[in-house]
Amino acid sequence: MIVFSVNGKRVDLDIDPSTPLLWVIREQLGLTGTKYGCGMAQCGACTVHINGEAVRSCVAPVSRAAGKSVTTIEGLSPDLSNPLQRAWLEEDVPQCGYCQSGQLMSAAVLLRGKPQPTDEDIDEAMTGNICRCGTYPRIRRAIHRAAELASSGGAR
Amino acid sequence: MKAAKTIERREFLKVSIAASGGLLIGFHLPGMATLASAQHSTTAFMPNAFVRIGADEKITVIVNHSEMGQGVYTSLPMLLADELDADWSRVGFESAPVDPKYNHPAFGIQMTGGSSSVWSGLQQFRQAGAAARAMLVAAAAQQWNVDPSTCRTQSGTVINAGNRKLTYGQLASAAAKLTPPEHVQLKDPKDFKLIGKPLKRLDTPEKLNGQAVFGIDVKLPGMLTAVVARPPIFGAKMKSFDDTRARSTPGVRKIVAVPSGVAVIADTFWQAKVARDVLRIDWDEGGMADFDTSRMMQDFRERAKTPGTSVRKDGDFDAALSSAAKKVEAVYEVPYLSHLMMEPLNCVVDLRPDSCELWTGTQFQTIDRANAAKIAGLPAEKVQIHTTFLGGGFGRRANPASDFVIEAMHIAKAAGAPIKVMWTREDDMNGGWYRPAFLHAIEGGVDASGNASCWRSRLVGQSIMAGTPFAAMIKGKAYDPSSVEGVDDLPYAIPNITVESHQAEIGVPVQWWRSVGHSHTAFAVECFVDELAALAQKDPYQFRRQLLKEKPRHLGVLDLAAQKAGWDKPLPKGMGRGIAVHFAFESYLAHVAEVSVEDSKVRVHRMVCAVDCGEYVNPNIIKAQLESGAIFGASAALYQELTFEKGRLQQTNFHTFPVMRINECPEIDSYIVESKEKAGGIGEPGVPCAAPAIANAIFAATGKRIRRLPIRMSEAV
Repeated sequence: MIVFSVNGKRVDLDIDPSTPLLWVIREQLGLTGTKYGCGMAQCGACTVHINGEAVRSCVAPVSRAAGKSVTTIEGLSPDLSNPLQRAWLEEDVPQCGYCQSGQLMSAAVLLRGKPQPTDEDIDEAMTGNICRCGTYPRIRRAIHRAAELASSGGAR
Repeated sequence: MKAAKTIERREFLKVSIAASGGLLIGFHLPGMATLASAQHSTTAFMPNAFVRIGADEKITVIVNHSEMGQGVYTSLPMLLADELDADWSRVGFESAPVDPKYNHPAFGIQMTGGSSSVWSGLQQFRQAGAAARAMLVAAAAQQWNVDPSTCRTQSGTVINAGNRKLTYGQLASAAAKLTPPEHVQLKDPKDFKLIGKPLKRLDTPEKLNGQAVFGIDVKLPGMLTAVVARPPIFGAKMKSFDDTRARSTPGVRKIVAVPSGVAVIADTFWQAKVARDVLRIDWDEGGMADFDTSRMMQDFRERAKTPGTSVRKDGDFDAALSSAAKKVEAVYEVPYLSHLMMEPLNCVVDLRPDSCELWTGTQFQTIDRANAAKIAGLPAEKVQIHTTFLGGGFGRRANPASDFVIEAMHIAKAAGAPIKVMWTREDDMNGGWYRPAFLHAIEGGVDASGNASCWRSRLVGQSIMAGTPFAAMIKGKAYDPSSVEGVDDLPYAIPNITVESHQAEIGVPVQWWRSVGHSHTAFAVECFVDELAALAQKDPYQFRRQLLKEKPRHLGVLDLAAQKAGWDKPLPKGMGRGIAVHFAFESYLAHVAEVSVEDSKVRVHRMVCAVDCGEYVNPNIIKAQLESGAIFGASAALYQELTFEKGRLQQTNFHTFPVMRINECPEIDSYIVESKEKAGGIGEPGVPCAAPAIANAIFAATGKRIRRLPIRMSEAV
C-alpha cells in the first residue's frame, strides 16, 4: 500500500511501486491534465510537483511519492486564479495545449524560487519543457507577466 | 471580403431544418459518450448545422474542422458570431460529428488540412450566422407585430424602432418554429465587430487547468487499453510470436495478432506496455531489410544527373546556360522527418453489434469513418467519430490509409470491450508516414550584366499521393504536384526555366508534413536564389526585388520583412542576416533571420516574419501561427533528421530527434500586410521560409553555403 496526497487529498493505492507516477495519476486517479509525451524525461509534458519540487512523473516511480504531497495541474488553482494561469490567459499562450500543463507546473516552481526571473532564469527552468507548436515567445512573456501579477498582490 | 451581397439559399440551410430536431451530438467529457440532443431540442434553437442558441443565451458554434492548435475553434466561431451579432462572451464551440453536411466546401470530405479552414469556412460560417440572425429578427418582429426591417440587432439582442428589446435566448424557441430564409444578407465589412480583431482564443481556459480533453484522455466505462508491437522494418511480416512472459505480467487480458502486429490488451496502459515489451516476435523482415538512407541519397544524386519528367519548361535552358557569363550548380538535400506531435497517436473505439463510436484526434473524419465502417462491417452512418482536441496534428492525423484508426478497429473486434489503443513516443516515431526525403539538383547562370538568365531544378523524391485515394489529384500528370509545389511556380522573372521531377519508389510510407512540398522546395529555391545573387555580386534582398518586379504581393512581404529587420543595418562580426520569400497555401511569406556562428555552433537570434494572407479574421491567431511556423521550420532546419540503417529507424525519441527548446528560441517579430485580397492559409505558410532564411544568414555570417538539412557547419561549403 502506497499512501500520499494529491492536490490535498489522501490517496491509498495497492499498486506495483515501480509504476510511473504519471500513469497512476492519469489512470488510477483519473487526473488526465498531466500528459504523456516521451516516457523518458525529455519533454516535460508530465511535470508535477512532489513536495513543491518539479518532477517528471513519467520516470518517477509512484514509490517516490510515498508519504509526500503531489500537486498536478488540476491543483494549481481551482479557478484559473493562479498568476501564471492569469498571465497565460492574457498572453493567449496555448495552441494545441497539450504541453501547457507541464509548462505551467515548471513555471510555478521557477516563480516560487525566483519571483522576478530574468530571461536566463526562464531559459534554465523551462528548457526541459518542449512545445511542438512553438509557444515559447508567449511562454516567456507570460512568465514575466505572472511575476508582475504576483508582485502586485495577485499571489495565492 | 467582398461587399455585402445576397447569397443564394444553400444546401446547409435545407439540411439544417431536419437537424434542429435531433441530429446533434455533443461531446464534452470522456465517458459521457453522447449528449442526447433531446436535452437541447425543447429549449434550443438550431437554425442550421453550425449554431445552437439556448434559452440560457448560450451560443454554441459547431465547428467542422479539428482544433490542433491553429485556432479554428475561435476563428470560425468569430465569423458566425459577427454575422449573428452575438454577444461574444456567450459564444462557445463544439466539435461537429461526422456528417456530409460538415464536409469541407472545397474538398468534399470532412477534414482539416491544406491551411484551408478559414478561407473555406468564410461563406459557410458567415451565412449560418446571418441566417440565424434573420430568423431571430423574424421571431421578434412577429411578437411585436412589426416589420422585421424596422428591427436591428446588437450583442445578442433584437431591438425595435420603439427601443423594445428581446434577447436571443428569449427568442430561441419561437425562432425554432420558423423556416430558414431563402436569402441572407451578409454584412458590409465596415460593420464587422469581431472579424479582423485580435480576439483571445476560446479554448484557452480549459487548456490551463487540465480540463481540455484530448484523445489520450478519453475514458469509457469498462475500457481496456492496448499497446501494439509493430514491425521493426517497413513491410516486415510477423511469422510467429511467443507471449509466455507477456501473459504472466499483471493486468493482461488478451494478446492478439492484428494485421499491423501483435496487440497486448490490458487493464491499463502501463500494464499493456510492460507486457508488450517482453513479447518475443519472429519477423519476416521483407524487402526493406537492407534499406539505408545514405545509400538512398546516393541513388537520388545519380538520378538527378539524368533528365526527369518535365514539370515546367520556359525558354531554352541549355542554350541560356551555355551563353551565361557565370554559372553555379548546387545539390540540396533534406531528410525524412517525423511530425512528432506532442500527443502520440491514440484511438478509442466502442464497437457494438449494430453501431460503433470512436474518439480520436483526427484530421480526416470522412475517410476514417469509411475505413472504420469497413472493418466493423457496418454502414458508415452507424459509425460516429467524436473529434477530441488534437495534441498537434501537422498532417499526421490526416492519414490516407487511416492507419491508427483501422488498427484500433481490428483490436476492438478482438477486445470485446471498449478499447483505447495508445502509441508510445517510440511507436509514433517508428510508425512511418514521414515527410519524404528530397533532393534538388539546381543549375543556373547570370548574364554579363548580372541578371539571372537560366534555372534548372531537378527533384528526386517519393510521391505522397501515389497509391492513395488522393492519387486522383495528380490528374493524369506524370508527377505528383505536391512534390514540386513551390518550384513549379517559381516566381522569379528568369527567361529560361526548366523543372523536372524524378519519382522515387521506396517502401517508406510518406505523408503531408506541415507545408508539404513547400517544406523542401522553399529551402532549395531560396538558397539557390541567394547563390545566384552572390554570383551576380548583388545584395540578396535587392536581387530578389529586381526579379519580383511583376509580383506585388511577393514584394510586399519581402519589403516589409526587410524593413522591419533593418536589412541595411550593420551587424557585429560573426553574425549575418538571411532573407527568403515564398508563396504557399494562398499566402505570401517572407522571413529575415539573424544568426551567429561560433565554433561551428549556429544560433538564431531573431526572425522577422511578414505575411500577406489576404483579408484576415484574427491577427492574434495569425501572429501565433507565424511564431509557430518559424519555430517548426527552424527545428527541422537545425536539428531534425530520420535515418535508416539495415531497414531500421535510428531515431527513437526527443533526444535523437530534437525539437527547438525555449533557450534556443529566437526573438520572433511578426507582421501582417493589410490586404483586401482573397483570404489565404496560415497554419502552414509560416514554415517554409525558416530554413532558407537561416541558411542564407549563415552564408552572410561565414561565407559558407548550407546545402543539406539539418544544418551542420562541418558540411558547409
